Amino acid sequence: MVMGEGKPIQEILSMIGDKKKIIVAGCRGCVTVCSAGGQKEVEILSSTIRLAREKEGNPIEIREETLERQCDPEYLEQMRGYAEDYEAIVSIACGAGVQYTAEKYRRIPVYPGINTNFIGVTLEQGVWSERCQACGDCMLHKTGGICPITRCSKSLLNGPCGGSSNGKCEINSEIECGWQIIYDRLKELGSLELFEEVIPIKDWTTSRDGGPRKIVREDLKS
Amino acid sequence: MPCTGKVDIIHMLRAFEAGVDGVYLVGCEEGNCHFLVGNLRARKRVERVKGILASIGMESERLQMYNLSAGEGTRFVAIAKEMTERIKNLGPSAISPQKEKLKILT
Repeated sequence: MVMGEGKPIQEILSMIGDKKKIIVAGCRGCVTVCSAGGQKEVEILSSTIRLAREKEGNPIEIREETLERQCDPEYLEQMRGYAEDYEAIVSIACGAGVQYTAEKYRRIPVYPGINTNFIGVTLEQGVWSERCQACGDCMLHKTGGICPITRCSKSLLNGPCGGSSNGKCEINSEIECGWQIIYDRLKELGSLELFEEVIPIKDWTTSRDGGPRKIVREDLKS
Repeated sequence: MPCTGKVDIIHMLRAFEAGVDGVYLVGCEEGNCHFLVGNLRARKRVERVKGILASIGMESERLQMYNLSAGEGTRFVAIAKEMTERIKNLGPSAISPQKEKLKILT
């Protein structure tokens, strides 16, 4: 899922400025699962903003909404009837959701209420970890299902480097060496021959370096 | 509430929004929760709300969690007095009381 975490409240209050009537919009997708931008967080953030403003003697009206997803136009349209009666939208969806909301509601500013961090997994309740950098050219079949781009701090294609020590990475003793875990996994799988294959230079044109990416599926297009 | 583990962050925030001067949660002794971790979860949520209050310049001391058993009536009285004294010293909340919201809470 796309992972995010709430911005500091003072940063959000500063974005809102002196506005008197806003929408706080959540998303029932990824950010609900990672407890950053679902209905509960909409309620908590709205309440916090109201408390802060009430305390300053400058009350604010907040409409609390949680859309099914903010990355799909049909759900964003659900705010069409009333959104522009408000002075701003604070979106606590991921960066894609915030941007799409801003694209669809052009007359009012849309502010990000969370920081979008990474694509990751839930390790345990309240703990998440990055797993994918969306490079656009998956090579997990060569590396025992462990991504060297994400899990190796240097994104090496042929590791480990000299900074690997006792299975840990030189940048932080709490971070596992990505290539150590690739080696261990390949050994478990009885596929160490894959470890000996030199992985050629990666074609990064599928990654971020070529600007914003787009997928077109002719079979699905209307 | 059947257990302090049922108390959510928004319940505490809404009480402050209604203009109450202080909130305290009284849960069972740690290690004695019928639902195992209800009171531990409540404590974590109390800490989160204390952080939220502090982040907007409200006194986090207005919120407190206590643990005691159902048989400790005398201690409950002492806690109530302690909390009342604490709130009196802090003075009224900066949020003006809103009768309608208070009615919902009661």
